[in-house]
Amino acid sequence: MKRANEPIFWSLFGAGGVLSALLGPILILLTGIVAPVGLWMPPEAVGYPRMLAFAQSWCGKALLLAVISLFLWHAMHRIYHSLHDLGVHAGAGAATICYGFALAATLATAYLLLIIGF
Amino acid sequence: MSARKPYVRSMDGWWRRNPFFMRYMVREASAVFLAIYAVILLAGVFRLSQGAAAYEAWLAALRNPLAIVFHGIALLVVAYHAYTWWKVMPKTMPMLHVGGRRIPEMALSAVGWAATLAASLVVYVLVRGLS
Repeated sequence: MKRANEPIFWSLFGAGGVLSALLGPILILLTGIVAPVGLWMPPEAVGYPRMLAFAQSWCGKALLLAVISLFLWHAMHRIYHSLHDLGVHAGAGAATICYGFALAATLATAYLLLIIGF
Repeated sequence: MSARKPYVRSMDGWWRRNPFFMRYMVREASAVFLAIYAVILLAGVFRLSQGAAAYEAWLAALRNPLAIVFHGIALLVVAYHAYTWWKVMPKTMPMLHVGGRRIPEMALSAVGWAATLAASLVVYVLVRGLS
């Protein structure tokens, strides 16, 4: 019997769900609204020197990789299954596109964090 | 053989017929906003790797009013996703018992909501405080 690959994708979906439930709203609020509007936060908080130091630290790399990749594994899994609800009877092609996108973004983030250095 | 044309009931707009389905689809749609946000962050990491000028250009793009409107909507739907995530969590896990009594689902959800609030506070203090 062919083993199902669903548990792998569901685990990534679940991990991304927990992470986005914990950090999604505050991250969107801080990077998308608070920082650009310039309220309640000094501009240096998201300035280049500080963000570079963050992305060069092991802790920062781990957080950035976890947030970007798990958010996408979660979202693409949900989008893939929502296609059915919208009447699009998605097959292997849609699964490849959805999960392939999440995988490509994960690899791209890991590569960028590597070339940013330590 | 005569060509058969069996009747297939249309599923178009099924989710607009019932508030329960509407809420379901809003939660599903939050994934689209979450995915776009993750791609924006990925673009930020890419610009960061290119140097100070590129990173500043990324920050400037976030100040575009359209970007702020997008993040406003994303904040609402992702916060709704966070609310529903903890709300259904007790139904996805084994029942927990303390002293022979089952822990109510509401109490477990409350732990999740409290965790989100605590994590949000920690992130805000860390991002703001250390500068």
